[in-house]
Formats: sequence, structure tokens, C-alpha cells
Amino acid sequence: MSSFEAFKDPALCRRLLEQLREEAATPIRFMEVCGTHTVAIFQSGLRSLLPDTIVHLTGPGCPVCVTHESEVAAFLELAARDDVIVATFGDLMRVPGPKGRNLKTASAEGAAVEVVYSPFDALALAKDNPDRTVVFLGIGFETTAPTVAATIRLAREQGLGNFLVMSFHKLVPPALRALLADPEARIDAFLLPGHVSAVIGAAPYQFLADEYRIPSVITGFEPVDILQALLHIVRMRRDDAPAVVNEYTRVVPQNGNPKALAVMSEVFVPVDALWRGIGVLPQSGLALSEAYAAFDAFKVLRIDLKDHPPLPGCRCGEVLKGKIPPDRCPLFAKACTPANPVGPCMVSTEGGCAAYYKYRVDA
Amino acid sequence: MCLAVPMEIIAIADNVADVEIGGVKRQVRLDIIDEAPAVGDYVIVHAGFALRRLDREDALETIKLFQDGLNLELL
Repeated sequence: MSSFEAFKDPALCRRLLEQLREEAATPIRFMEVCGTHTVAIFQSGLRSLLPDTIVHLTGPGCPVCVTHESEVAAFLELAARDDVIVATFGDLMRVPGPKGRNLKTASAEGAAVEVVYSPFDALALAKDNPDRTVVFLGIGFETTAPTVAATIRLAREQGLGNFLVMSFHKLVPPALRALLADPEARIDAFLLPGHVSAVIGAAPYQFLADEYRIPSVITGFEPVDILQALLHIVRMRRDDAPAVVNEYTRVVPQNGNPKALAVMSEVFVPVDALWRGIGVLPQSGLALSEAYAAFDAFKVLRIDLKDHPPLPGCRCGEVLKGKIPPDRCPLFAKACTPANPVGPCMVSTEGGCAAYYKYRVDA
Repeated sequence: MCLAVPMEIIAIADNVADVEIGGVKRQVRLDIIDEAPAVGDYVIVHAGFALRRLDREDALETIKLFQDGLNLELL
């Protein structure tokens, strides 16, 4: 068995599960805040194997899902312009904005929208279309932000004048703080996102243990990673010894990735940001810094975020905060399905509602 | 979209590497990886960029630690 394959080992998983069943005497509600964890927990079948005392909550870990209605309205306004090509990750195409409109409908009406795999591909698009302005939609957490920052820096190095970014990037630690500050949210522990942590390291989460006495574990995405993290959480809780533990050391250095952090802080500055279902969170987003203002689509194209009400009926916000499971939303699996999504949590394959719909065993 | 996957480096030229997993080949940028990887290394790939090198020895130690926590010897 290779060193990486061992993290899928069924025998070790069985043993960890037995141990969990034995030790998880008191109920514990843990939340993961990473779309890849959401999918991993459902897809591996772990969710159905966990003891009843361990309750899985899926939090605001899908960047598409937390993109606010007002942000969707802003990029739809952008897509309506004749002089731009919108370059975006594919997941954003169907995210609903005001009046149920999305990038797909805009594209059908003639907007130039190109799906790219990497922000770097958007740079190539700008080079190939010198008479248009290519605007990349920057969404994603700390894992994605450095890739976009590095691309913007490359655009400046190459003197590219027709490449802009509309940044909707968001930061994970301020969201965790907001979740815990909500007296209605009952969260006992966090599984911390492996690849966000590969960039930011462990220190930004320290407040979880120090201020809220919440145990948390940075972990990977294989079944052994997840079960081991849960066992560690159960033990920290039993011993009343909350800490931030890094169990994904094969990828996450304690101090994160200094090179990625450096390019992020060169190109972006933290700003207050809007989260769907949560509202404005202080210093929880990233905008382009003054030094890179010439690449900021908001400034160059003079587009502002305008107020937009939440989608009627959609309870995505409560799902994202772990207040209700997806099937408590009256639209779930009725008016709202992956083929015909109403809310963003059903749009993205990493959304809580989509994962719940696809993998639920009680259907 | 926040999917990040481990892929093996099969060639490196300047700031770009060819990577592969299960027959899928891609080119990734090396602008933000903090330790220069070598051919044969696994890296975490996200949105066309290599983010981190996976540490093989560390993976072995981690599994050992997990097993010790269970008083197990499976490997």
C-alpha cells in the first residue's frame, strides 16, 4: 500500500469507526466548511456510518453557494455589456440572481461568457481578443485567491491592458467567527478545510479554541483523515481540552504557504463582504489593492453592488449556517432539484443541498 | 470549484509543469508553490496552479500516529 493510499484503507476505517462508536457517548454537532469535505463525507458513505451521537452539519464552504444575490446581480450587469467577455469557473453559470436570471440565461441572450478552468486561461483569452475587455470573476476562498492574485500580477508584468478581475473572494476565518457569534447556531466542533489551510496555516483559527472553546481539526479528504479528525474532536471534547489540531501535515505546514500569502497580500486587501444568507461580515472578503486598481473591474467599469432581496422561499442561508438540514427547506427535492435549482446550494455539486439530494440514503 | 486534487509531476519547464493523474494530463503553473517540486513528486493542483507538494514521509508518519492512537499495527 502506498503512503497516500493508506488513507483510504478500509480496515483502518472500520477500526476508527468502532473506536468512534465506543467513545462518542455525548452528542456532538460538527460542521465542515469545505465543499470537498461535504462531497467526501457523503460520497464515501461515512455520513451513514457515523454513530447517531455525531451530527454532521455542512457549513458555508462552497464558494458558489455563499456568493450573494447582489454579487450575482453585479456580474449579470457586467455580462450585459457589449464590450466585455466574462470569463468564469463553470460552477457560477447557473447560480441564480435576481428574477431567477443567471449567466446561462445571459449567455443565451447573447452575452459573451466563457468558462475557464484556470484564471490563467482568462489571461490567454484577453491576449486572443485585444479589442474586448476580458473580466474574470474571482470567486473562491483562500485556496483560489492566490491563483487569481498570481494571474493579475502576470497580467501586469505582461502589460496586458484588457484584462480585469471582479473580485468576490471570501475568507474562511471571519465566517467561522460569525457562525459562532450567532446564538441560535449550535456548533460543537469544526473540521477545518485542508486546502484553505495549506495557504493560511493553522494560526488564523486559534480563536476557535481560545475564545469559543471549540475543538477543531485541519484534515484531508480521505475517509481515514475524516474519521481520525472526528475521533480527535470527540477526545478533545471529552477532556475539555479544545485546540486547533493539524492532522493534514502531509499538505498543510503550520505557517501555511508564504509564497501564496505574499502574492495575495500584494494584490488584494481585506474588505467587508456580503455572504448569501449571512449578510455583511467585516473584513471577510478581498478586493484589489490600490497598486492593482487598474485591474479592478468594479473601479474601471464603474459597477457597484446594489441591494437585492434574497430569493423567495429559498432557505439556503439557514442551511449554510447549519440551522436546518437541506430537507427541511420546503422547496427541497420539489421545486428545487439539481436539474432545476432554485438556490445556490442546489446548483453547485459541492453545495449542501446538492450533496444531500444526490447521496441521501433515506430517499 | 474548490476542488483541489493531487497530481504527479511528469515534466517541468520554467514555471510550468506537466502533471498527470489516472491518465488525465494537464499543465499547471508553479507561481505560488512554496517549495520547488521535482519530477515524480505529487502536488496539490487547484485552478491550474500547483499549490503544495505532498510529503510522502509525512504521510507515512501520520498513518503511524493514527494507528498508535488505536494501538494498531495494520501496515
